Order: sequence, then C-alpha cells, then structure tokens
Amino acid sequence: MNRLKSWVTYLQVAPLALVFLLFLIVPIATIVVVSFFDYNTTQIIPTFVLQNYEELLLSPVTWRTYLQTIQFALITWALTLVIGFTVAYFVAFHVRSPTIQTVLFLLCTIPFWTSNVIRMISWIPFLGRHGLANTTLMNLGLIDQPLEFLLYSEFSVVLAYVHLYALFMVVPIFNSMMRIDRSLLEAARDAGATGWQTLVNVIVPLCKPGIAIGSIFVVTIVMGDFVTVRMMSGGLSASVGLMMANAMSLLQYPAAAANAVVLLLLVLFIVAAMMRLVDIRKEL
Amino acid sequence: MARKSNGGIGRRRMLKGAAGIAGAAVGSGAITGFPVIWAQNNRNIVLRQCGTGVSAINEIAEKCKADLGITLQMTALDSDAVVQRVVTQPNSFDIGDIEYWMVKKVFPANTLQAMDVKKIKLFDKIVPIFTSGKLKPDSVIAQGTAPSTVSFVEGAGSTKFAKDQTQWFTLVPTIYNADTLGIRPDLVGRKIDSWKDILDPKFKGKTSILNIPSIGIMDAAMICEAAGIVKYGDKGNMTKAEIDKTIDFLIKTKKEGQFRAFWKTFDESVNLMTSGEVVIQSMWSPAVSAVRGKGVPCIYQPLKEGYRAWGGGLALAKHLQGAQLDAAYDYINWYLSGWVGAFLNRQGYYSAVLETAKANMSADEWGFWMEGKPAQGEIKNPQGQVVEKAGAVRDGGSFYDRMGAVACWNAVMDEDRYMVQKWNQFIAA
Repeated sequence: MNRLKSWVTYLQVAPLALVFLLFLIVPIATIVVVSFFDYNTTQIIPTFVLQNYEELLLSPVTWRTYLQTIQFALITWALTLVIGFTVAYFVAFHVRSPTIQTVLFLLCTIPFWTSNVIRMISWIPFLGRHGLANTTLMNLGLIDQPLEFLLYSEFSVVLAYVHLYALFMVVPIFNSMMRIDRSLLEAARDAGATGWQTLVNVIVPLCKPGIAIGSIFVVTIVMGDFVTVRMMSGGLSASVGLMMANAMSLLQYPAAAANAVVLLLLVLFIVAAMMRLVDIRKEL
Repeated sequence: MARKSNGGIGRRRMLKGAAGIAGAAVGSGAITGFPVIWAQNNRNIVLRQCGTGVSAINEIAEKCKADLGITLQMTALDSDAVVQRVVTQPNSFDIGDIEYWMVKKVFPANTLQAMDVKKIKLFDKIVPIFTSGKLKPDSVIAQGTAPSTVSFVEGAGSTKFAKDQTQWFTLVPTIYNADTLGIRPDLVGRKIDSWKDILDPKFKGKTSILNIPSIGIMDAAMICEAAGIVKYGDKGNMTKAEIDKTIDFLIKTKKEGQFRAFWKTFDESVNLMTSGEVVIQSMWSPAVSAVRGKGVPCIYQPLKEGYRAWGGGLALAKHLQGAQLDAAYDYINWYLSGWVGAFLNRQGYYSAVLETAKANMSADEWGFWMEGKPAQGEIKNPQGQVVEKAGAVRDGGSFYDRMGAVACWNAVMDEDRYMVQKWNQFIAA
C-alpha cells in the first residue's frame, strides 16, 4: 500500500519535473557545455577549452562591465524600493475605501498595457537636446544651455529602469501590506508607538517577503538587460547582456555562453543572499 | 477560375493550364508593357528571402508576383541577424539577401550554393566591380572585402573563393553604394571635406558613428587615417597593432565626449540627425533622404579621402533544387532585367546591370541619379514623392565619380575575433 502511495506521489510530481527538465535543466546544461567549445569566424568547434573563460575573466573590460551592470542594478534597486514602498504604503494604508484602492492599483498598471520598448523609447524625444524637457526649462529661463546629461547618459538609463520596473516592487510590497493584520497597528499605537516607530518596527518587518520578492525581480531583470542600456545610453554604456548580444551577433556563441554562465552564477549568488536575509517561504 | 486568378494575387493554389495562360496575359504585355513574357510555371512557387532591411522592399515582391508568379516572402533582419540565420538555420530561407563582407564569413559554412553563370542571362552586363573588380580598365581594386574577391568559388559546391573569374558565382549583386559622412549644413557652420572633420572640437558631443563592429571599424579607420593617427597597410584587414591603435584612439575620443551616441539601426541615425542631437555622423544614403524628407537640410558630404563602399546580393540556399531552384534563377534574371534596377536607382542606390535600368528610367532621372547632372524637372522616389526639385544635383556627382572614389569596402578581417573584443572594450569604456 505504501509503495503504491509513493508511486502516486512520483506520478504527481512527474509533469512539473519534466517541464523543468526540458525547459530549464536541458537549456542551461547546453549553455554550460557550449561555453567550453572553441569557435572561429564561421563555426563552433566541439572540444573542451577554457579559453572562453580565460578571455572573459582576464579582461579588464569584463570586470568594468560587470561593475557597471551591478552599479545600475543597485541604483535602480534602491530607487524602485523607495518609490515602490511609498506607493504601496499610500495605497494600502492611506486609502480607506477598497474600491478606490483597487482603482488606484489598476491605475499603476495602466502604463504596463503598452509595450516595454515603447515606454522606453518615448523618453528619447522627451529628454533630447531639443526635447520637451530642455525646451520647457529654457523657456522658463531656468537654464540657458540644454542639459546634455538628460539623454544618452547613465542618468537616462537609470531613469528608464526605474520607470519600467517600479511596478515590480509595488505589487509584491502592496500584497504583503494588505496581509498585515490591522489590529497589529492598533496595538502598536495603543502601546504608545509613534507613526515612524510603527513603520520601522511593525510594517517594514512584515513587508520583508514582499520587499525580497520585488528586489529579486528588479535585480535579476536589470542584471540581464541589454535593450534599455543600448537605447537609453545611445550605445555609450555597456552591460553584461549587451556584451553577450555583441558576441552572439558575431556568431561567437561559446564566448556568449561562458559569459551567460558567469552571469547566472552571480545572479544566483545575489538571490541566495537575499533568501538568507528573508525566508520567503516561511513568511508567505 | 480565370476570374479569380486575375483578382487574387496572393492566391497560391491555382490550376495550371487555362488559368496559367490567362495569368500570363495579365503578367506580361497587357499591364506593364514589359517586352518579355516570363515563364508562368512558377505560380505556386514560394521563395523565402531573408536579408537586410535595405532590399526587403514590398513593391519588388508585388511586381515579382505579377511578372513571374513567384510569391516572395521577405524577412528583414539586421546585418548580424542575417549572418546568424544563414549559418545556423540554413533551411529557414531559400534566397539569402546578404552583403559581400558577410559572404566571406558565411559561404565557408557551406549553407549556400554557388550559381552557374551560364544560367544568368545578363551576367556579361553586370557592373565589372563584381566580376573583374575594376570599374574601369585602369581602376585599382579598393581595400577591404572587395566584391570581386568573394564573387567566385572554385567549382560547383565549393566553398573556396577563386582568385579569378570562374563559372560559379556566389552572389548576384542587387544593391550597392558608396557611403560617407552625413552633415547638417545649417548647423556645422564650416566646410567639411575630410573624414577627420568629425574630430573637430567644435562638434564636441554632436557626432556619432555606427555601432556595428565590422562597419564601424572601417569608418573609424577612415577617420584615423585622415587624421594621421594610424597608417594602415590594409584598412580592410588590420593587424592587431593597427586595431589597438584605432580602438585606443576611439576610446580617448569617446572619453573626451566627442560622441553623442552610437547608432545601430537606420532609424536611430535618422532621429539623431533630425532632432539635432548630432550635426555630423556616419550615415547611409537613404537615411540622408529620410532626413531631407522631413524638411531638415542634410548633405551626404563627399570627402577627399574617398568613400567606404558596401554591396549586397542574392545567394541561393544549399537546399534549393528542382523547380524551386529554376524559379530562383528566374527571379534573379528578372531582378537584373531592369524594373528593379530602376526602382533601386531611384532610391539613390546603384543596381547591378546599368543598361537595363536605364531603359526603365526617364532621361532626366538617369541624368540626375547616375550622371550627376542637374535635375530638369522634379525628381521622385519610387513611391512617387518628390525628393528633389529642378536644378538639384546629387551629392557626390555621377556614378563613376562616386563608385570610382571608393577607398575601402566593408570587410571581415582575419583578426575579426580580436577586433570584436577590442570593439566591446571601446563601447564599455
């Protein structure tokens, strides 16, 4: 009877296991294998060489690009966290009517009904040398030279990231906040806590899973991005994803694969570190 | 049935015989006045053509359907994606519309088949740049991947490029042109006559070059050579030391803030120019027209060091055979027969067989686009929009002035792998 039961269990997990095997394990294994292949201009040569990793890890460009990417991720993370938390806090605690809460929440998502790329590109005419922002500031007499740093700079890259990914912070944090038992807040107030103390000692700790989930979204997306960096920096900045895209466009798949493996390890490490700080499963 | 065939151009399934004859009448003399009656046994042939955006033109597909009955399915990709597609997915296309520098890279992958020149009716009329390499008998072959160096392979099925002309042709040229810098004459405020003018401190933060490594490096080389930074043995095949010097100079220039952006696609270059973000940059000829089309002045400035040329053509996929292969030859012969040539010339490109294109253009059009003469009347693009008024002269002059002043061709270098690493370094710097 027990044996039968364990078979049933295996059968039950089989579909999901198969899906993971086919669509996660096999592709990643392929990338790892290819990362040890050699290549020339036209072919990939199946063999075992460490040259791809050597060229990657011994190049100062790689290190600089990784640092740049991590820097983008950190700044974006910090800004989306502050914005995401504030928006979620407002909707969850300041807005009393559940109807209005829903309406406001939907309002946050409206921009996301358009394509990611469109939202990003629409910044370009706005921020340009003769764009709306510069023209307005000049007409107001606030500046007499157009602000060049607004477009094709690290500023514009981070701006686009924050704009594109803030919602990924808002949603999980909002979700966590809505699950907080309101009587806890009353208890805190009855015990004499100020608004700030309630926020720091009650709300933030209880929002940790939401913050962690949002952070994982934002950090992993930014670490892997290449379109935003290219478009918004006008090709002046690089990211790890862009390095891979460049390598692939020249058929240097093994080099791109090696880079993908390194990036994967780095991102896994970051996510593992976040999971150490917050046990998402326990607190969900 | 016959009635349906007249109306339904997109219909693939058609009975041969009676309907085919009716179709032939429509396809040939009656509508276009086209003298040749093309073979009409291609009615249910579909050819999938993948290539760069420049030559994926819907009008050509429509005309091809009307004249030949062949349905062309065009996929437009960027240059890098075309290379990938040709090498890694050889069964996903029938006709590869690729560039000459790519040929050097993709032909050895053995996914394309060379063409028998005996089946190309107008082979002898193709501009000699693509066969002997010499535009005029006394011309010198330019640096880089000159088309003639990759136009022939040693035999049917061979992937080894032949030094001299053979019977086996890799690519039938479609579009080619001579590229230079585009400028905003209203904003540069000085005479521009050299590639090195892009380095003028006056244009700090207002210049751009393109970020496609294999083409960008050539523009960079033209700039470095003009400015006396590097002296190249062959710009199209640099040594590691030459690549180092070029990229180091680019990095220095980038750090000084000379560049506003690097563009990768046609529309990016148009937007940079029209919005006034840049005033001098690498550009492609139709991008200059597009800027002018928006009412913004833009000149495709001839420079004393010469042009960087490029060219594309049609290649046959390895898997083509039988009726499909015959249809592909029909398509290629049709491509060279004049209508397409005239269409391309009116866009400011050059076409492979000049005589047939000339026959399909008015004397004024031919004079303006090809001979560098002032336009007598309005010059229209293939879509019928007026692009130049009477009296206008083409930037750079005649076909022979422009194609005769080519300094180098877009190229793939032996040190390609190293060059790309260095290019990445430049972008990341």
